[in-house]
Amino acid sequence: MARMKFLCDADRCIECNACVTACKNEHEVPWGINRRRVVTLNDGKPGERSISMACMHCTDAPCAAVCPVNCFYTTADAIVLHDKDLCIGCGYCFYACPFGAPQYPRVGNFGGRGKMDKCTYCAGGPQADNTAAEYIQYGANRIAEGKLPLCAEMCSTKALLAGDGEIIASIYRERVSKRGYGGGAWGWRTAYREGVQA
Amino acid sequence: MRALLLAVALLCAAPALAQNTVPFTARDQTSAEELELQRTLQGGTIHGRISIPDDKAANLVQPEGRAWRDFHNRTLYTVGAVAVCGVLGLLWLFYMIKGRIRIAAGPAGRTMTRFNLLERANHWMVASSFIVLMLSGLNLTFGRWLILPTLGPETFTMLTMWGKVAHNFLSFPFALGLVLMFLLWVRDNIPNALDLEWLKAGGGFIGSRHPQAARFNAGQKGVFWITVLGGGAVATTGYVLVFPFFITDIAGQQWAHMIHGVLAMLMIAAILAHIYIGSVGMEGAIDAMSTGQVDYNWAREHHSLWVDEELAKARTAIDPGAKTAGAD
Repeated sequence: MARMKFLCDADRCIECNACVTACKNEHEVPWGINRRRVVTLNDGKPGERSISMACMHCTDAPCAAVCPVNCFYTTADAIVLHDKDLCIGCGYCFYACPFGAPQYPRVGNFGGRGKMDKCTYCAGGPQADNTAAEYIQYGANRIAEGKLPLCAEMCSTKALLAGDGEIIASIYRERVSKRGYGGGAWGWRTAYREGVQA
Repeated sequence: MRALLLAVALLCAAPALAQNTVPFTARDQTSAEELELQRTLQGGTIHGRISIPDDKAANLVQPEGRAWRDFHNRTLYTVGAVAVCGVLGLLWLFYMIKGRIRIAAGPAGRTMTRFNLLERANHWMVASSFIVLMLSGLNLTFGRWLILPTLGPETFTMLTMWGKVAHNFLSFPFALGLVLMFLLWVRDNIPNALDLEWLKAGGGFIGSRHPQAARFNAGQKGVFWITVLGGGAVATTGYVLVFPFFITDIAGQQWAHMIHGVLAMLMIAAILAHIYIGSVGMEGAIDAMSTGQVDYNWAREHHSLWVDEELAKARTAIDPGAKTAGAD
């Protein structure tokens, strides 16, 4: 089986936010929830870089480790998913997540933030694949249809790569050796405890 | 004129020319891996700018979540297990050695008022909400390992969900009760020289001699301050968590949770001892909080100075012309 990962080539990302829009549209993500976002570092200064970030589907995921009700599970493709029927919306995964990936449908007030929502790597959830029930809770299940996450598929500069970790890392390394520069993959050290330096 | 224009053009072009001499490949390269490693070691976040109107989302990487995870899964688990099991073990040992502490002179049959209705009602409001807060809190830390395998995921989620709701809402009677408790009892809980004597004598628990005490002895004063200060800190940090991002950012919430968790575990340990000595551990103690009427001999043994004080008060309060019962 593949080991699915995301890799954002910050030297290619142009902060067009198409990945964000594609994600919102594909899964009909409500207002206030951002499964994917684009962050710009050193905005307007030399060394400015934009990075598209979502749940990185970590190795030894912190969210799964701290969940009081153990609602997370990892698929055969190493995608980290969670069961919203078990989630109690306590927010512990948000404290532990290094990427701010967990989102809550309601703001503030009283532990009533609702069930956690996050990037599913377009792999749905524990409901039967591509059913209405799955779509309402988790959004589309492209993985079950043999497709990759839409954010990466939509990316106009191919900055955002999704797929098997070794394949996307080798694509990135090839790019770096051809063009002669590359700052490494953001989040990889934190999520996968490895880098992709060429 | 032409020469001047040329000079101006050259001046303007100079920086551009200078930049072009730097090869494109040697441009500033921040290494993602290096920066992430640095931030992990130093703490702090990798923060940028984001176009959605939520500055929290501009945190690209916040590696301190790993430290919080270690706290939650190791430190809190260990502190809680040691504190709760340790105290239960010690209490069991104490009971085995000392047994139930009896009223040495036996019950007198006559009673005196120790706590009035307001004091008792407030105590039980704090106590009952504390029990639910304690159980639902312990469930968040240990339930996944101890209860989930027995109940199964669906039932356990329902239990934990209700536990969370109860935990959030019962914090209000708990916090309100703490304030009332402070106002009602702080007068009698100021530490003084008598407390040192009491502690030196082991509170009467270790030897057989009962040290003198006023309304509250050093042990009870300890429970009072643990409840008021510890409970106050636990309630404050709890409200920081119940209103996420109203008061502090993610790092502040991680700290709030850590303080909340550790103090709560220590409080649970202290309160378990309090529950023991107030019920099975000592004859006559439970009366103080159930009916509010304690046995005269119990009061004499444990709170001799308070009894003297109450008697003196009673003597001045009654009609000076009144006769003692049976004097006629």
